[in-house]
Amino acid sequence: MKYFEKDLTSLHDDLVAKRISVTDLVKATFDNIAATDPELNAFLTLNQDAALKKAAEMDEKGVDADNVLAGIPLAIKDNIVTNGLTTTAASKMLENFVPVYDATVVKQLNKQGVINVGKTNMDEFAMGGSTENSAFKTTKNAWDYTRVPGGSSGGSAAAVASGEVIAALGSDTGGSIRQPSSFNGIVGMKPTYGRISRWGLIAFASSLDEIGPMTRTVKDNAILLSAVAGHDDHDMTTSTKEVPDFAAELNDQTSVKGMKIGLPKEYLGEGVDQEVKDAILAAADKYRELGATVDEVSLPHNKYGVAAYYIIASSEASSNLQRFDGIRYGHRSKDVKNLEDVYVNSRTEGFGDEVKRRIMLGTFSLSAGFYDAYFKKAAQVRTLIINDFQAVLKDHDFIMGPVAPTPAFKIGDEISDPMTMYMNDVLTIPVNLAGLPGMSIPAGFAKGMPVGMQLIGRPFDESTLYKAGYVFEQATDFHKQTPKQGGNN
Amino acid sequence: MNFKTTIGLEVHVELKTNSKIFSPSPVEYGDDPNANTNVIDWGYPGVLPTTNKGVVKSGIMAALALHAQVEPHTHFDRKNYFYPDNPKAYQITQSDKPIAHDGWIEIDVDGEKKRVGIAEMHIEEDAGKNTHARDFSYVDLNRQGTPLIEIVSKPEIASPDEAYAYLEALRQRIQFTGISDVKMEEGSMRVDVNISIRPEGQKEYGTKTELKNLNSFNYVRKGLAFEEQRQQRVLMSGGQIQQETRRFDENTGETILMRVKEGSDDYRYFPEPDLPAINISDDWVNEIGSEMPEMPGSRRARYVKELGLTDYDAMVVTQTKEMADFFDETVKLGADPKSASNYLQGDVNAFLNEQHADLQDTKLTPANLAGMINLITDGTISTKMAKKVFKAITQGKEPKAFVEEKGLIQLSDPAKLQPIIDGVLADNQQSIDDFNNGKDRAVGYLVGQIMKQTHGKANPKVVNQLLMASLKK
Repeated sequence: MKYFEKDLTSLHDDLVAKRISVTDLVKATFDNIAATDPELNAFLTLNQDAALKKAAEMDEKGVDADNVLAGIPLAIKDNIVTNGLTTTAASKMLENFVPVYDATVVKQLNKQGVINVGKTNMDEFAMGGSTENSAFKTTKNAWDYTRVPGGSSGGSAAAVASGEVIAALGSDTGGSIRQPSSFNGIVGMKPTYGRISRWGLIAFASSLDEIGPMTRTVKDNAILLSAVAGHDDHDMTTSTKEVPDFAAELNDQTSVKGMKIGLPKEYLGEGVDQEVKDAILAAADKYRELGATVDEVSLPHNKYGVAAYYIIASSEASSNLQRFDGIRYGHRSKDVKNLEDVYVNSRTEGFGDEVKRRIMLGTFSLSAGFYDAYFKKAAQVRTLIINDFQAVLKDHDFIMGPVAPTPAFKIGDEISDPMTMYMNDVLTIPVNLAGLPGMSIPAGFAKGMPVGMQLIGRPFDESTLYKAGYVFEQATDFHKQTPKQGGNN
Repeated sequence: MNFKTTIGLEVHVELKTNSKIFSPSPVEYGDDPNANTNVIDWGYPGVLPTTNKGVVKSGIMAALALHAQVEPHTHFDRKNYFYPDNPKAYQITQSDKPIAHDGWIEIDVDGEKKRVGIAEMHIEEDAGKNTHARDFSYVDLNRQGTPLIEIVSKPEIASPDEAYAYLEALRQRIQFTGISDVKMEEGSMRVDVNISIRPEGQKEYGTKTELKNLNSFNYVRKGLAFEEQRQQRVLMSGGQIQQETRRFDENTGETILMRVKEGSDDYRYFPEPDLPAINISDDWVNEIGSEMPEMPGSRRARYVKELGLTDYDAMVVTQTKEMADFFDETVKLGADPKSASNYLQGDVNAFLNEQHADLQDTKLTPANLAGMINLITDGTISTKMAKKVFKAITQGKEPKAFVEEKGLIQLSDPAKLQPIIDGVLADNQQSIDDFNNGKDRAVGYLVGQIMKQTHGKANPKVVNQLLMASLKK
């Protein structure tokens, strides 16, 4: 059984009506994974025994009819800690690391009866846009196994797109949910900064990191976001704003009539693939057809986003990743004579090249004498980018554009060229810098590969994005296309 | 050549909160290593700090006690460095916008009063503790995350005596706020010291040295005095002061070179992204100000003006908040202020020294001390009897009940005393003759005889009155 024909609501109905037991559903999921994953490489760790045990318990008890997520198998990105289940962040540094607590999102999902089937592959510590920076394996694009799934949440995206699971959690610091969602033709939401607790998310860049849902449909995505969002006493950066029942707002009456949509000219500029541009312009026409107005807007400082981001994110990362020192947990070098060796050798052996590159970049940016020219300047640029968005969103309900300049590229093509790789995030990074919600939804194909459209909203207004995404989805059939088994599209 | 001395003091004060500054672990000492830790204190992957609001409040209280300006928009910064007792490899502290700045305290050196400026004060977390064995080092994170306030003086302290007076005044004021025990011997107050000298008339400061291992105010004074002399000798002999850290040796009273500093450490400070900035409203500051305990200076003034204590007495009873509170309470219960002050300075202090105890840890209560003093004042017991009563009240006994139980009540009734006096006079004609011949000493002898007959219980004042009246008859 693949999940292509199902969504969360219909699966839930099946479970409640006992057309399928939780155990059978979980077994089918692991069968999917067994058939697909040896080549796809979406998963790092499977949670089979615990998942089946929990499934049996739920079958015994009966599935809660009021809880749409009860008994649903789900995958979790491997930088989100799971109590008792190996969590590596795809780093050799944490190869054998078994956490002693659950991330808040995991706790919330567990409480609702979600069944964690396993941990998905990613770029090491979420640093990268192709999942090629994983210390363990290279995940493939569900549509074409010679192409990257995007990243850093490439494992989660490929697992959902290939039908191994119905939904997954990812994390997004500069595009890590939206870009792989775009590359794999699924729906990925990076919510507003502060919407979801980061407690238990292994920190990359604290002021940018956000967990978010990755699903096949907009409605499933909305269901999952409501389930994991909200204030958390463990995370002082979470908002106390109430979390709407996002999915309840999506129905036959949902419409974009009268909405004002901004299409930034910078998002269709140089470097953006023509077929990607065409898909977005066609989507703009579709929105006009559906009763919205779309006009060209400008985000003049967005072009400095990549530069500012790599300074801010790397600076925070250089500090966040210092705790991996070989003393209390994680990899410790055997080749040590003194304390200095423990630090230097453990970190030299434990971290991959991209992680080291960013630690060096961040350490440099924060150093005395360089702080003002780099970190401080980047923080000022960040303010300008926030102001750009505010100006446009003052009189536009949301902004639309591509997620990435190109569809998925070939494995190995960009990994040796960090600058090209970094430029892939040029359209997603500004959204993280501004802390806004951003969503990727399927909007077409380029060279046979999925193209995602990005919707960017006002702070804490994921509702509008879901509504606009839902209306677009109902009016198109991009989301109904599925990759062939084996990725031979 | 004459030299000017400049001393800088960085004082770390450990706050008495129930839980740590960024984690719910208890702040407790003496437990097994790592017993009072959780994932946050371990710097575990995925954890986040949460700010203990009580620490911010304590910071504001310290700021008010030290006349400092509270910063309305303050935030935490990360100070990055690797060390095994520093599990995140950064300390959450304040660098850019500390909680308060520009304060002062008044010091008094040999009657000479002076204001010493405080540059800034910030709140931060303490590190854990490494213990070194032969082949391994052990890390105990119980202390990790204990809240601290660091108070940095302006370069206005000009002598080791002033440094000593500054520390005394600082300790006393912080102690009165109740936010810390401020005990150097227990580590709840720690002092980092730097000192430089420069020839009289030179504008720029000299090169400073840092002193370590100063575990009491006295050692601070001694270490600084030694270092002041040492630097003078170096400069006088044409040498140069190196920027270095020196260790104070308690046995010799000298400072010994530990390490020479080359360049400055780069801690790569940047704003802590896991914690929102803290906005401190005027209302909150005012509310805390209105709840602040009375500071020692204003208490001293009140004791002199309203209660008639001498300056010296007022100073002694305000040494600690506990002592001053005890005094206030005792006086409120009707005790004569002068007597209460005398007892606190004399018998009570002697008792505390003998027991090596703090006032609040003994069974002595203001009610019982006031009760005893009132018994003296109303003539029920003599000051001599009070010695026994004092011992009893240190054991928690109620003075009146004790006096009654032991029959310590003074004989003051003239009707009972007169027959005894008459008897003594009848037996001592010689003394009466001596008195009549102007020998006053005879009175003392007669009083002694009367006291002997009453086993010391006679009220000396009443005895004197009755005796004189009888003799003059």
